[in-house]
Amino acid sequence: MSDVKFSKEHEWITLEGDVATIGITQHATEMLGDIVFAELPEKGSNVEKDGTAGVVESTKAASDVYTPVSGEVVDINQAIVDDPAKINEDPEGAAWFFKLKMKDISELDSLMNKEEYDKFAKESSS
Amino acid sequence: MEIKKTSLNKLHQDCQAKFVEFAGYEMPIQYSKGVIEEHKFTRSHAGIFDVSHMGQLFIYGNENLTSDLEKIFPLDLKNLQQNCSKYSFLMNEKAGIYDDLIITKLENGYLIILNAACKEKDFEILNNILSKKYKMELSNDRALVAIQGPKAVEILNETINGVKNLTFMTGDWFDYNGQKLFVTRSGYTGEDGFEISILNDLAEEFTKSLIKKGAELIGLGARDTLRLEAGLCLYGHELDLNKTPVEANLKWAISKERLSNGGFVGSDKIINQIKEGAKQIRVGIKPEGRLIAREKTKIFNETELPIGEITSGTFGPSINGPIAMGYVDKEFSKIDTKILLEVRGKKHPANICKLPFYKKSYVKGAN
Repeated sequence: MSDVKFSKEHEWITLEGDVATIGITQHATEMLGDIVFAELPEKGSNVEKDGTAGVVESTKAASDVYTPVSGEVVDINQAIVDDPAKINEDPEGAAWFFKLKMKDISELDSLMNKEEYDKFAKESSS
Repeated sequence: MEIKKTSLNKLHQDCQAKFVEFAGYEMPIQYSKGVIEEHKFTRSHAGIFDVSHMGQLFIYGNENLTSDLEKIFPLDLKNLQQNCSKYSFLMNEKAGIYDDLIITKLENGYLIILNAACKEKDFEILNNILSKKYKMELSNDRALVAIQGPKAVEILNETINGVKNLTFMTGDWFDYNGQKLFVTRSGYTGEDGFEISILNDLAEEFTKSLIKKGAELIGLGARDTLRLEAGLCLYGHELDLNKTPVEANLKWAISKERLSNGGFVGSDKIINQIKEGAKQIRVGIKPEGRLIAREKTKIFNETELPIGEITSGTFGPSINGPIAMGYVDKEFSKIDTKILLEVRGKKHPANICKLPFYKKSYVKGAN
């Protein structure tokens, strides 16, 4: 598995072969508060880099989930739809959102590494 | 304009509050536990709410004041006992609602609790209708602290002996550290509880004493989920100048004695609406599944014709599912009517349901 990369929209992404796993960051869940609803893209659908690929709602508000790369949705994590509180418990592990078969692996190049993201998250929340 | 802070602001900071601006005040939206845990703690133990941003309006006067206030509020104030409270509204001539409020009869006048965003305007409106005849004081020196939940009575009574004898919607003055507090048994969560009007200088120490006894500070986020589960209206959402108490399904708050003769601001419209029926009415709404339908969500009937709009919608932690309130055309207001909610371009099934979502547990007295 490759290193974890991060987007400015607070998604994380890892790559295994040409299949990317995507979720939202710990920082994002802290900003959102308790998550009570999650909607994921349909399996088999195609999503475009930086396009919306789902929704999460906290007790306070709804937020779009964006995909940091393009591809075909090959799997979704039904467990977080059934029990959205799981997202707050383990956002960067068990509570992944969806898996994409990537078209263009070079799309990962523009994303941040962990150090860059931590700095970005700190700055954007202060 | 500079943001205002309540006398508990430092305590909120010490308790890791996340702040939001609300009606010009810096208020805690949640603490480190988060909205759901805070909500559940209030329902199972006791939550403390800083509601010092709300208006505490004292109007001083005698029987003449009572008669004059009856020209404003749809209440039988002449027969209201001293230290008893009523829920009411400040309305315009068309029965549109300027504000909803709690009015309590005192020995030498009335105490009216007003919404933070409306309090200054309410003061002007009331002062004008009363022709500036009475001494009116919108308190700056008092905080308002609520304690709500099944443990509230036990905890508060340890600090202020005797509050346990109050019944729902009554109040009294109590001594605390040589100062007078006004305590009412009331609240906005659907739980038993109290609201305490206390001098700013004493508020922090008083609140800390409640925390020491096991109560916890709760933010505005959980206050909203608690009141929505209890089916209670929030001004600016369920209530505004374009809604009447009849449309808001709050007829119960209008004294029967006042409906025969009227004579209060908005009475013609209210009496007419009660006779003819309102076109739209406030209802409870339960979306199917987990979908949350927020304020301004459009409501459709089963044949996809528009019939209304959601005014508040969230996730109800004690219901463990989504809940909402909104206005629908009268003919679709019956319980179990199937409706559709348009969220993110798609229509989702929901049902009109009975309010409250969560059963209230008030300690009622004889009146």
